[in-house]
Amino acid sequence: MALFILRRTGVMILTALCLTFIVFFLTNLYPNLEKLAKTEGNFRMSDEAVASWLDKNGYLQPMPVKYGQWLGILPGWRGATEDGITGRCITGAVSQEEADNAPRFCGVLQGDWGYSTRFKDSVWNIIEVRLGNTGYLMMWVLIVMIPTALVIGVLAGMREGSVTDRSLSTASILTTATPEYVSGVIFIAVFTSSTVGLKWFKGTANSAMTEPTIENFFLPVITIALYGIGYIARMTRASMTEVMTAQYIRTARLKGVSFPNIVMRHALRNALIAPFTVIMLQFPWLLSGVVIVETLFNYKGFGWSLVEAAGNNDIELLLGISVISVVIVLLTQLISDIGYVYLNPRIRIS
Amino acid sequence: MEPLSWTGSLSFLTPILFLSLAALGVSIIAWMVLSVAGGMRASAQGPYGAPALTATPEGLAALGVRLSLLAAVAIVLIHIVFGILFGTAGGIIGAMSQLMLPVWIALALLFFVSISFKRRLGLYGKLFDSPIGMIGFGLVMFWVFTGILGALDLIAPHDSVAQVSGMKNKLPGTPIPGASEDAGVAAWYLLGGDNLARDVFSRLIDGAWVVVQIAPLATLFAFMVGITLGLPAGYYGGRLDTFLSFLANLVLAFPVILLFYLLVTPEIVATGLPQYIAVVLFAFPLVFAGVLLHSRYRTRPQANMLWLALVLIPGFLGYMSLINEAGSKISFWPLDFFDVPGGILVVFVSVVFVNSPTVFRIVRGLTLDIKTRDYVAAAQTRGERPWYIMLWEILPNARGPLIVDFCLRIGYTTILLGTLGFFGLGLPPESPDWGSTINDGRKLLAIYLHPPLPPALALLSLVLGLNLLADGLREESLRD
Repeated sequence: MALFILRRTGVMILTALCLTFIVFFLTNLYPNLEKLAKTEGNFRMSDEAVASWLDKNGYLQPMPVKYGQWLGILPGWRGATEDGITGRCITGAVSQEEADNAPRFCGVLQGDWGYSTRFKDSVWNIIEVRLGNTGYLMMWVLIVMIPTALVIGVLAGMREGSVTDRSLSTASILTTATPEYVSGVIFIAVFTSSTVGLKWFKGTANSAMTEPTIENFFLPVITIALYGIGYIARMTRASMTEVMTAQYIRTARLKGVSFPNIVMRHALRNALIAPFTVIMLQFPWLLSGVVIVETLFNYKGFGWSLVEAAGNNDIELLLGISVISVVIVLLTQLISDIGYVYLNPRIRIS
Repeated sequence: MEPLSWTGSLSFLTPILFLSLAALGVSIIAWMVLSVAGGMRASAQGPYGAPALTATPEGLAALGVRLSLLAAVAIVLIHIVFGILFGTAGGIIGAMSQLMLPVWIALALLFFVSISFKRRLGLYGKLFDSPIGMIGFGLVMFWVFTGILGALDLIAPHDSVAQVSGMKNKLPGTPIPGASEDAGVAAWYLLGGDNLARDVFSRLIDGAWVVVQIAPLATLFAFMVGITLGLPAGYYGGRLDTFLSFLANLVLAFPVILLFYLLVTPEIVATGLPQYIAVVLFAFPLVFAGVLLHSRYRTRPQANMLWLALVLIPGFLGYMSLINEAGSKISFWPLDFFDVPGGILVVFVSVVFVNSPTVFRIVRGLTLDIKTRDYVAAAQTRGERPWYIMLWEILPNARGPLIVDFCLRIGYTTILLGTLGFFGLGLPPESPDWGSTINDGRKLLAIYLHPPLPPALALLSLVLGLNLLADGLREESLRD
């Protein structure tokens, strides 16, 4: 078990390094840097001016070197100008002594995530706040989604082919066929617009960041949850129907155990192993749901920052966000692997 | 000109329709509740319960479901038939169903032919034994025909980018100011105007063509990539498998939207990166076809040469024209037959790129399972080459799950295309595709519902149709 976790963690770190390098490479391609130079400096810069601006700010070093510096395993670059010494770990131009006192390494590993040009703040501060907002949203999504999906799946799967099964399965197919931007638009249209006139909820979750209420928070939560409910419910149903045809269930029936007892005591535990991994593997894809819903409802969380960073060519923020999302995805994969081994006695013991 | 109402002279049927829909909802819930209760009771006596001879409450509820569903379907059919015959007299719905006449004819023909020959049509024919599959297939083919016939300009009454002054955000059924009496259906904006005074209905129809063009083809390409890499990974295993699986997991661990933002922005497109990815990804169908034919006809050089030439030469020319585009990074090839319109290639590449790792994983898993079968061992004993075994022994036996996944994946691709449109990535700004239209309409959603709702419902029904179709196919292929 320990060896397994160790190996998985090793693969995970390798994957994270590869992925962050890809993101780093894509965001640091020359056209992106050129745009950055023009937004930071002057929109009417000539090509030579752009090149010299980039050179002065250390953007023209070879890609692996820049990546190493960003990561914090290579010393940050230093350059001398007439105002003093500039460099990666130095803010502005400073004198020689101050430069000597400044840290040599400053990258992600040292906790220096850079500076966001869009929000005029350090990347780590932004991510902290936004991730908190999104975490709160996700918490409610999971609270709504998992019990609903499991109940639907178990109800549908305990009696394959019955009316309940068919209606619940059709309903779950319907929700998996409704992407967030469709259900969100329909919900906003039905429940918030003045045309329909129900006006039960608010069409924007802007105020939910400070004081979440049912009125402004219910729609974003249910929009994300709905898409996942169908999928998890179908997986639970499949696993439940498989368990219900197993030998030990037949034995329990022949023994005279009542049907509710069979479901609750004998089937449920075994049927919930597969949905557990499915729920964990849903995270990458809940993440894109979050981006859509936060944009749609104007909830300023992690996904919203991603869209803002990408739309405004905010390289350092974009890098920070991708690191966090890649780490979240990989961690959930790891948990799902370990959990699967842990829950399944056949694998655990062998 | 009078504004059109939704149902025109058939408006007396509307209460009946709502009544039957309400009855349908109530009876379904009643049926479910009763069957759960009844199921618990029956299982206390025995696992299956005795067949009921008298009318039980459960049976009555089932009858209620059937009758109310029948009533609702009948009323909808009346609307469509009345609309086909009398057009605008049937209101907006009537006018739309008249415009859709080519689609109805095509659907009716397809179903008539398929049902009459269903015993000779294999798995496709068996689809018509399952009501779920048939409904799904009907929904999918409805949008496919709408897309194709709409592209032939047989449906949409207006140009999807034309702006008519005075029609900005007008409600469904508003007549165009100054339209002549003999303009027919074109005198109205059937589903209203959007915030740039364009016809919502015509944009809906043209948006179907964008999806029908890209989604199946992109999925097919993703399958070619996934199959060509997944088969050897599963069959040989070892280092190759480790390496390819690592690559697939790498792409899968990427949040999709981040990947789109990184691949589709104009700056990245200017570097030619998506084109280089296209060079790699689009080569896979050629490799696949080449290996497929060569492994089959290897022992008969003449037939081999003939088949390879027949498939690979046109394929290569198509490939080169696809990746070659004047004024971009790859523009050396002289024989450029067609240019893919701006942005579409990039969208296509990113959708294929996102989808192929999942297909790879599925194919690899299936191969791992099938390669232990006896017929594979028999082929190995016969001395067949590995690629023959993979492509002509393993692949045909993996077709069931692959076909089902293909349908599901087209639906997923449709959702991805909508996502791209929703974030305004890749597709041109005037593009009538559903995602962009939803995005345009959502800003004024609190006041004007009609621009974003039709494309939202269209996308929903198409993806639902694909899911139902996949479900029907799975059921029927399991029955063999």
